[in-house]
Amino acid sequence: MIDSIDLSLVNWSRGQFALTAYYHWLFVPLTLGLSFILAFMETLYVRTGDEKWKSITKFWMTLFGINFAIGVATGIILEFEFGTNWSNYSWFVGDIFGAPLAIEGIMAFFLESTFLAVMFFGWNKISKKWHLASTWLVAIGASLSAVWILVANAWMQHPIGMHFNPETARNEMINFWEILFSPVAVTKVLHTTTSGFVLAAVFVVGISSWYLLKKREILLARRSIMVAAIFGILSSIFLIWTGDESTRQIVHVQPMKLAAIEGLYHGQEGTGLVVIGILSQSEEDPEYENKKDFSFRIEIPKFLSYMAFGRSDAFVPGIIDLIEGNEERGIISSAEKMERGKYAREVLREMKDAKAADDFVSYEARKAKFIDPGFQENYFRYFGYGFIDEPDQLIPNVPLLFYSFHLMVGLGFYFLVFFILAIIMVYRDTLIRRRGFLRLAIWTIPLAYLANLLGWTVAEVGRQPWVIQDLMPTFAAVSRIDAGMVQVTFWLFAAIFTTLAIAEVRIMIKQIKLGPKEGRE
Amino acid sequence: MSENIFIRIFRFYYEGFKNMTVGKRLWLIILIKLFVFFVILRLFFFPDFLKTRFNTDEQRGDYVLEQLTQ
Repeated sequence: MIDSIDLSLVNWSRGQFALTAYYHWLFVPLTLGLSFILAFMETLYVRTGDEKWKSITKFWMTLFGINFAIGVATGIILEFEFGTNWSNYSWFVGDIFGAPLAIEGIMAFFLESTFLAVMFFGWNKISKKWHLASTWLVAIGASLSAVWILVANAWMQHPIGMHFNPETARNEMINFWEILFSPVAVTKVLHTTTSGFVLAAVFVVGISSWYLLKKREILLARRSIMVAAIFGILSSIFLIWTGDESTRQIVHVQPMKLAAIEGLYHGQEGTGLVVIGILSQSEEDPEYENKKDFSFRIEIPKFLSYMAFGRSDAFVPGIIDLIEGNEERGIISSAEKMERGKYAREVLREMKDAKAADDFVSYEARKAKFIDPGFQENYFRYFGYGFIDEPDQLIPNVPLLFYSFHLMVGLGFYFLVFFILAIIMVYRDTLIRRRGFLRLAIWTIPLAYLANLLGWTVAEVGRQPWVIQDLMPTFAAVSRIDAGMVQVTFWLFAAIFTTLAIAEVRIMIKQIKLGPKEGRE
Repeated sequence: MSENIFIRIFRFYYEGFKNMTVGKRLWLIILIKLFVFFVILRLFFFPDFLKTRFNTDEQRGDYVLEQLTQ
């Protein structure tokens, strides 16, 4: 059955999931970051008693409300898709995915029905301090809500803290804390939420710059840029640090992803970090689209080795090392992993057949293997490789990853410089005269969204062919449904989400043009 | 005499919604969106594959096991 999967079904299912995830992530990062900017602004209001800060806070709160309202529940579509399009996956992950999602749902419900309402409706009805506490709780709650879905995603990148039950074909959670505090999860949560903070800071600086260009709402714009740029600088530094941290983890848990994003085919000691590069078709293998050489590159010598292992002479494996194996470096070849994976699948098949034949001795013997640490470590660990026919299937799309990663990193550093320049200009009171910078600030808003989407592209395309790293390839995770139906829902989603995005932009623009004078709820 | 806590909470939400300006249009968008998501999409386009085809978890497990081993 797995061998006869319709590839168009897999591709349309992947495309649909990517589409909904991208659209969902248009709304989420602004919610995460703007909520903290609101909290900082309101704190200044409560501490100084300056009514202008209240007016500024209420203005940005209106934009926050628009984004929240349009974006809320767009993530639920992803859960629908798990049940319909990805049923093998949903069953296989068992309660590991269910528990974090349930916690996220409960947290979101309580957050939205209590603190959010107090934040919007509570002005002049409760004390300043209680209102401020509600605003902070909305900010903290929004980030905590995101934690759970990111933990679930991190588990897919690095599955730990579970045991596979061959009787039910499900993974069962054996250590919740190992999953929650997995280094991959911690870094992913910090890096992803911080990317939202940076996006929101860019958004506030950009909109404020528009006011300065129009020579209106000068005080709001100056103060907003001050708060957002400081928040942006701190968030950008943290973002770069967590990105660096994730490199150290990826080289151990997803070495193919690291090799692909760096376009590194042949591993070496003292590997340089490519800062800028252009890939071209490899002369070594001109027929194979995914084999590339650099026609141009600027690199920092030995820096990738240092980033990945903390030693400038360390060996970083390349794509060829990971496919063909490297005995000297202790890297198992993909062919060997495929053999081990096929054996693990074979044991599972024999167990199933023994149960059907009422052969309980054979059944119990096969079942016992799945709790044997030796079998788990040497065979079940490579279970997903048992579905792979050709080693080339194990290489993700190198050009897409290389350019996405490098553009994302470049933008991350650009945002840091952008915020520093903004704060210097505000401090020197020259910002209003720098019309070129003000225009650049407006155009930086879409770049922040682009950087966020590139980040997800790197994370998700980079782990292909896996839906669960080393355990389940994407093509084995799909439901056997009609590809035509997936195409229909793909275009349906494209229409719905595009309508929502247009509605958000139009309502936002209207409110921005109206300005803060009528602090709306 | 102070009002019952539940009445006060009700009034808080009621007056909050009543005094909304931008928010009323946003609530309309939210309600339409939730209707489209949970009624139209969920019922007609996104049935749960395993739940609609099998009655018990054992059957679902056997089906997935079959998928993983063939």
